[in-house]
Amino acid sequence: MNDLYLIYKNMTRKPLRLFLTCFAIFIAFLIFGAVTSLKTALNSSVELSADNRLVVFNRINFTQSLPISYFQKVAAVEGVKDVTHLNWFGGYYQEQSRQIVSLAVDPESYLRVYEEIVIPEEQKQAWFNNRQGALVGEKLAQIYGWKVGDRIPISSNIFTHKDGGYTWEFVVSGIFKGDSEQYDTRQMLFHYKYFMETQTFGNDWIGWMALTTDDPSLNEKVAKTIDDSFANSQSETDTSTEKSFNKAFIEQIGNIGLIIFSVVFTAFFTILIVVGNTMALAIRERTGEIAVLKTLGFSSARIFRMVLSESLLIAFIGGLSGLAAAWLLVEGVKTFLARFLPNLILDGDIALQALLFMLLLGIITGLLPAFNALRLNIVSAFNRQP
Amino acid sequence: MSEDVLFQLNGVGKSFVKGKEKISIFDDLNMSIERGDFVAIMGPSGSGKTTLLNMLGGVDQPTSGEIWFDGTRIDSLSESALTRWRAQNIGFIFQFYNLMPMLNAQRNVELPLLLTKLSKAQRRKNVETALALVGLSDRAKHMSSEMSGGQQQRVAIARAIVSDPKLILCDEPTGDLDRATADEILEMLQLLNRDHGKTIVMVTHDPAAAKYAKLTLHLDKGKFVQREIVA
Ligand SMILES: Nc1ncnc2c1ncn2[C@@H]1O[C@H](COP(=O)(O)OP(=O)(O)OP(=O)(O)O)[C@@H](O)[C@H]1O
Ligand SMILES: [Mg+2]
Repeated sequence: MNDLYLIYKNMTRKPLRLFLTCFAIFIAFLIFGAVTSLKTALNSSVELSADNRLVVFNRINFTQSLPISYFQKVAAVEGVKDVTHLNWFGGYYQEQSRQIVSLAVDPESYLRVYEEIVIPEEQKQAWFNNRQGALVGEKLAQIYGWKVGDRIPISSNIFTHKDGGYTWEFVVSGIFKGDSEQYDTRQMLFHYKYFMETQTFGNDWIGWMALTTDDPSLNEKVAKTIDDSFANSQSETDTSTEKSFNKAFIEQIGNIGLIIFSVVFTAFFTILIVVGNTMALAIRERTGEIAVLKTLGFSSARIFRMVLSESLLIAFIGGLSGLAAAWLLVEGVKTFLARFLPNLILDGDIALQALLFMLLLGIITGLLPAFNALRLNIVSAFNRQP
Repeated sequence: MSEDVLFQLNGVGKSFVKGKEKISIFDDLNMSIERGDFVAIMGPSGSGKTTLLNMLGGVDQPTSGEIWFDGTRIDSLSESALTRWRAQNIGFIFQFYNLMPMLNAQRNVELPLLLTKLSKAQRRKNVETALALVGLSDRAKHMSSEMSGGQQQRVAIARAIVSDPKLILCDEPTGDLDRATADEILEMLQLLNRDHGKTIVMVTHDPAAAKYAKLTLHLDKGKFVQREIVA
């Protein structure tokens, strides 16, 4: 037997109470982990998006397609430097849970517009020349251990292959890096032509376009020209900078985010009070026992440590399991949200922050009871006994 | 101070301040307790028996006077020094047993040994010996809720002696027990005193209990009014 055993026995003497307390903390940290990850992902996707690139979406919403003919028309607009088009493939590797950001693109124009992609020249040429070729981001290649020359089957959760099934086979032509650490390379790119020929959804449409202008000062004018030229057509467009598009998208969620955030912190505070009160109550119930321990010769400091350890232990049991659950949740949904939130991840920073909060929770809730136990006077404690 | 004296109280006073009132329980208490003695302290309720025992046990301190224990003056020790002193020298037995409800008998007995440097094996041995002495070897794994009052008090006795203290202090150790069980407990204390050389100071209301002691002191209005030596 040692102090830890005593702490454990004290902690577990009312299992239901312990469970409820831990559960409350669990919920708090589950929400904290999930919401903080979401918030970080939202912020980073705005930060990472380019300011000098315009995106052209269907006005209805960004999941609606556009006619391929728009591509040439946009290319002809004055002030447009380069334009490319993209289709969302909704790919996954072997299992639905392994979602992959995968885009069917026009290779040459894509690499002109997305200049942040860095790739060796011979791999680039190999990709251009191989209809079935795909460019795979470095991080993605790492995750699945893909190498140049590998044949990889990628399935779509949207499209059907014309030969039946949902699976396409690609050849890894090259592996690309980003020009900065932040650039998320968990994605793959392949030929629009190959995609069009092999899917069953008609062949004259694109998902959206991305373009660069000759000068950022032209952005507004170019955007207006494009949208005006498609006004009153079957597919009206909505052109904005990548950053403002992401921002608008995020602000929609952002407002909800703010609400969730206030709810979380209210919950946090409530839980703090509830746990603190429970802890104080639990220690008050043990006044007599603490007096006995002191009488036997346990020092006040030791009893202080034991009470504080108990509340820390409870905070960490509830908190760590909540954080683990948040991690599982984020891992579970991140591939599904990859298109909108490529940076959704519960990373070390968030975990560290959570650990700090657990520590604080444990200390704040345990400090007062521990201090009371420290100061407990044996004689008056026994006078209060039956 | 003679070699045989374990406790010496010189002019001990104790008073409480309650609001503006000062309540004095003792103002000049003098007594000595000899090594190996078994002293019963009797007296009417409120006469200060528990207060005296608390001062002997170092959980309460006198407002004036001196208390000497085995050559050490304990009334001037700091709280932490006093705590250490208690762990080394005193075994406590309470009226309501005061076992830890979440620990079994064995672990309750082991509790004071957490304050020693004994090895795990040595601790286990001491616990076994103490439990055997009180006749509860077969109840080692029982929780206090599974034991009778008498059994719980025997566990408490084992806890009081496990670290081999010089002195055992008991406040109404049989106050919550029936006659037969009380006699069992008192016989056990007598045995500890006679065969194991423990000095015992016991507070009791019960004249029948006091008969087990070698010496009975009667306390009233802050003074010892009578002294009986049992042959
Ligand atoms: N902390 C305190 N503050 C004020 N008065 C106290 C305090 N502790 C004890 N007293 C008073 O001191 C007196 C002696 O109390 P004590 O508990 O020592 O009596 P006792 O002889 O043990 O009585 P009983 O037989 O009822 O246990 C009582 O009048 C009690 O009210
Ligand atoms: Mg009393």
